[in-house]
Amino acid sequence: MDLYEYQAKELFAAHGVPVTKGIVVTTVEDATAAATEIGTAVMVKSQVKIGGRGKAGGVKFAKDVASATEHAGNILGLDIKGHITKKLLITEASDIAEEYYVSFLLDRSNRTFLAMATKDGGMEIEQLAEERPEALAKIPVDAIRGVDREKAAEIADAGRFPAEVRDQVIDILVSLWEVFVAEDTTLVEVNPLVKTPEGQVIALDGKVSLDENAEFRHPDHAAFADTDAQNPLEARAKAKGLNYVKLEGQVGIIGNGAGLVMSTLDVVAYAGEKHGNVKPANFLDIGGGASAEVMANGLEIILSDDEVKSVFVNVFGGITACDAVANGIVQALQILGDAATKPLVVRLDGNNVVEGRQILADAAHPLVTLVETMDDAADKAAELANSGV
Amino acid sequence: MAIFLNENSRIIVQGMTGGEGMKHSGRMLASGANIVGGVNARKAGTTASFDSGDQPVFGTVAEAIEKTGANVTVLFVPPPFAKDAAIEAIDSGIELAVIITEGIPVHDSAYFWAHAVATGNKTRIIGPNCPGIISPGKSNAGIIPANITGPGRIGLVSKSGTLTYQMMHELRDLGFSSAIGIGGDPIIGTTHIDALEAFQNDDETDAIVMIGEIGGDAEERAAAYIQANVTKPVVGYVAGFTAPEGKTMGHAGAIVSDGAGTADGKKVALEAAGVRVGKTPSETARLLREAIK
Repeated sequence: MDLYEYQAKELFAAHGVPVTKGIVVTTVEDATAAATEIGTAVMVKSQVKIGGRGKAGGVKFAKDVASATEHAGNILGLDIKGHITKKLLITEASDIAEEYYVSFLLDRSNRTFLAMATKDGGMEIEQLAEERPEALAKIPVDAIRGVDREKAAEIADAGRFPAEVRDQVIDILVSLWEVFVAEDTTLVEVNPLVKTPEGQVIALDGKVSLDENAEFRHPDHAAFADTDAQNPLEARAKAKGLNYVKLEGQVGIIGNGAGLVMSTLDVVAYAGEKHGNVKPANFLDIGGGASAEVMANGLEIILSDDEVKSVFVNVFGGITACDAVANGIVQALQILGDAATKPLVVRLDGNNVVEGRQILADAAHPLVTLVETMDDAADKAAELANSGV
Repeated sequence: MAIFLNENSRIIVQGMTGGEGMKHSGRMLASGANIVGGVNARKAGTTASFDSGDQPVFGTVAEAIEKTGANVTVLFVPPPFAKDAAIEAIDSGIELAVIITEGIPVHDSAYFWAHAVATGNKTRIIGPNCPGIISPGKSNAGIIPANITGPGRIGLVSKSGTLTYQMMHELRDLGFSSAIGIGGDPIIGTTHIDALEAFQNDDETDAIVMIGEIGGDAEERAAAYIQANVTKPVVGYVAGFTAPEGKTMGHAGAIVSDGAGTADGKKVALEAAGVRVGKTPSETARLLREAIK
């Protein structure tokens, strides 16, 4: 889960990374009040989870309260690459003498962590990495040893930080590593880290991604959940413990196992090319169990997506037996009753497939079509979605 | 031969006495795997009952090895305790640790992997978040159903569990030397390359199916490895051609970000290395049949 800048800065502050004072607001009136309270020139910053806010006009300097009010009015509601601005961070404006960059991240290829640092910040780091790779230090960090002052000094020196800020940068790196580990993140990034004309080093921006697998030991992170920005169907699915991602399409998808469901999306998209270019409407992995209740919950979510015209249930009975899955489908349709209105194409294979197919044949539900192979079932589901449009 | 797991594998199960551990230990036993005991510190000295008889439960992995001569451990330990259980397995020096557990925080996986590296990589780790490994007719360590198909001369390595099953099903008339699910997490112990190397060196494997999915660059690196080192026919499949950027698809590692890790990019890299890549599981199976004609 990616955090907003203001949330990232809350975590920074909690672990001793210096940040400027800021107030989060959702209305122009509150923005005015926040600028008044801070009492200096402020920055008015759109809070969206996407890069390029400045270029899109989502970050503005305000020399006084009137100017802050005006900028807040312009930025609230601003669409930045499809992300609508609903919150603003009003923060003390800092004079900037120099801009730096530091981050810690997961390095999948090397199965460890990586520190990246450079004294030449202030631009897109991908651009710097491409144009002047020698300027961006990349230092592997051992997961056991972590970042102590000695390691932080190695990173700071590799990033060629000037001598007058070296000690401050070392302190910040140690604190930032504490954020990285203690909060179970996969990324902490400060771009820019700045030096003020007075020589103080502060984090002017912040990006943090949390590891959702670690939620069990961070009950406090629940407060970061972004219920506003979340798609309502995704929010409902998450509340029911379903692994659901809303996509733009007409064929609802239910399957077991992340890989098979991803594969199902592909096969449906290919089939759709022959049927009015219909596309998969969602990703939904019901996992190994596939009980009637889970199947009913999944169907209920998918059928409440107005865009959906047909549903493809694609299950390979590995751990789960197909007869249990078939019973799940039949019971789910009973539970849903009149709420089930769209055609279902079902493909079952694997463990106890003969029994499973027999159960569906015996139930003879008018909405259900049983198809033997994944390819043919995808084709049927796409055809039904197209004719239902 | 088969890879990593064979008729000489003596298996213990860490977390045997839990719900998942009991269910899958029973399934492994029923499929003929030689399970010799379980591990649970709080139930040391008791036994766990299965249709095939009772299994002893030991307090530690080290004790289980000493008493049973086990050389493989399978972990069904819940996420909060998985890191310590993995470290215990690594410290025991056991040959193979198969970590089935889904949902382990990546900092924990990074930690036990660093520990494995620091102690000389004596234990091969498969997973986490994987279905395990099966060498049909010989042994079975994990949750891959044993009744999909039997022994044969195809090797299979996959990031995904159900796609492993689907592909075994597609090629069930041919059978497999070994099928290994390496897991969909960002940090895993055994990689595509490790499995490719083992299949290349396995005299019971004639051809290899490699299944990847979006995210990371493991498939691209595997392609480079195949080009330089693998002479047996390899066919590939990558799931997630139509996955949109920025949306995580089920597996913690399955995400396309900043244009990196796309299925198309992986397909191009594999094909440049001479690996034919199917657009669907069924087409991939067809390509494999053509490759071994």
